[in-house]
Amino acid sequence: MSTISREEVAHLARLARLEVTDDELDAFAGQLDVILESMKTLAEVNTDGVQPTSHAVPLVNVFREDQPQPSLPRDAVLAGGPDTAEDRFRVPRILDEEA
Amino acid sequence: MSRIIDKTAAELAADIREGRLTSVEVTTAFLDRIAAVDVTIKAFLHVDRDGALATAAEVDAAVAAGQELGPLAGVPVAVKDVVVTKGLPTTAASKILEGWIPPYDATITERIKAAKMPILGKTNMDEFAMGSSTEYSAFGKTLNPWDTGRIPGGSGGGSAAAVAAKMAPLAIGTDTGGSIRQPGAVTGTFGAKPTYGSNSRFGLIAFSSSLDTPGPVARNALDAALLHEVISGYDPRDSTAIDAPVPPVVAAAKAGANGDLSGLKLGVVKEFAEGADAAEPGVIAAYEAGVEQLVKLGAEIVEVSCPSFSYALPTYYLIAPSEASSNLARYDGVRYGLRAGDDGQHSLEEVMSLTREAGFGPEVKRRIILGTYALSAGYVDAFYGKAQLVRTLIKQDFEKAFEQVDAIISPTTPFIAFKFGERTGDPYQMYLADLYTIPTNLYGGPGVSVPVGLSEGMPVGLQVMGPVMGDDITYRVAAALESTQDTLLADTAPEISTDLRFAALNEDGK
Repeated sequence: MSTISREEVAHLARLARLEVTDDELDAFAGQLDVILESMKTLAEVNTDGVQPTSHAVPLVNVFREDQPQPSLPRDAVLAGGPDTAEDRFRVPRILDEEA
Repeated sequence: MSRIIDKTAAELAADIREGRLTSVEVTTAFLDRIAAVDVTIKAFLHVDRDGALATAAEVDAAVAAGQELGPLAGVPVAVKDVVVTKGLPTTAASKILEGWIPPYDATITERIKAAKMPILGKTNMDEFAMGSSTEYSAFGKTLNPWDTGRIPGGSGGGSAAAVAAKMAPLAIGTDTGGSIRQPGAVTGTFGAKPTYGSNSRFGLIAFSSSLDTPGPVARNALDAALLHEVISGYDPRDSTAIDAPVPPVVAAAKAGANGDLSGLKLGVVKEFAEGADAAEPGVIAAYEAGVEQLVKLGAEIVEVSCPSFSYALPTYYLIAPSEASSNLARYDGVRYGLRAGDDGQHSLEEVMSLTREAGFGPEVKRRIILGTYALSAGYVDAFYGKAQLVRTLIKQDFEKAFEQVDAIISPTTPFIAFKFGERTGDPYQMYLADLYTIPTNLYGGPGVSVPVGLSEGMPVGLQVMGPVMGDDITYRVAAALESTQDTLLADTAPEISTDLRFAALNEDGK
């Protein structure tokens, strides 16, 4: 009995905005199954009363004065974009035209 | 040895400061070495000859003017391509960032520049630092200078190979689960993962934010310590940076070189030695010979039990991919790098999916899917949540062990450099390379890998793990071990053929 099906992998890929191919789905389903099997061993561990660790060092909020700071020049930032227009990143249409 | 490239970073720094060599001579020697051997090794994705020589010339002018200079001024360094460098291509070895020129410097890049160290170029790695062999680089693999049929480790195989092949005296790596230490072990070089938060992640291309740590790669402990001190320290731009003095690693490396470890207790982890977690026999033999040397230097070996270490691998492979799936959401084809499918026929969401499909390689996709799974409703408690709980237990194992011992030692990696293609078909077999390095990342403490010997003619590393902010003890133990070696292992690597016909043959043969 496998932990993860090809259909589930396809669903997860959609959630992660990955347009995976059929070949990739076949490969990933098998490989992820092996990996997830090993992860199931964590269920053996007794963690009653244990607090989670989200970070290696104790974290406190870091505050600074709410004062303007220099930011990167607009042109320097836009220069890295795949497509720009009118001093902005140009993006494809967001809604389907039929909608 | 007479060649410039054979000298240690500490020697080069002194030669430059005291006028025996110029930084331009030193930097040129390494650039020429890159030109001669990197056609074979392929450690660099980008070489910045002009930029490196410009910095070198500035240093020489400063020396001539009698100015006060930092401890590594004029000594060139190679930088892993996951660290952002203003004006120099930075891709994290991914097609999705191909051609991106960052408009800013990472904090550690700023510190390298402030230290007046010429940047030779950017080194190859597994894409987004996910891998143990550089086989997942989108731009081709790096070869191990000891045996070009074998992996140089990963993700930082480019930095390790560059130092092992003497194309750079020093390099920068990043370590999320072993990406500095495992390449160090398999290339006979020294690599240190500092305490998490003791240096800045600002400008590191994020993989797993609660684990990523930049650190030094060198041929010996003292050189690494010098670079460690250059890049470390608090940074207000990283909210997880620790506002405390940098542990005195240079002094510790110098103290360790005296070869006296009397009074020091070194822990060996009982669970590492058992069953499925055991290293291959040749690695164990080299490691145990190193342990004997440490005992001769006065260290006492104490067995410590860390029962939760057995669960470190699955814990890591839930936490790191979960954080990665979130961090890599930024590659949407809008603000930097690649965009695919923008033909007027596809919506923004479709363009995102097509861009990510075209731009990410297989291991990155696998981890994004795995992380998305571990974080999805219905599974988050059983997987990501459970991993965070087990992470606490692993941390507690370390804390209890450090009540009994000053540092913990182990082999760095269970096996010597494996052959190309051996583990790409089964990702889980690749993950095992980090079996002994991952616990330290989950805990947040420091770990170094120091060359200890050979197995089948290939280097083996000994790992020294310390308590949080106890980086100095790891350097002291490692430098003491080096003091027992007549020649640094890194200086016994076979000479690389600079015959271009050989390089071409090599290319075809892989």
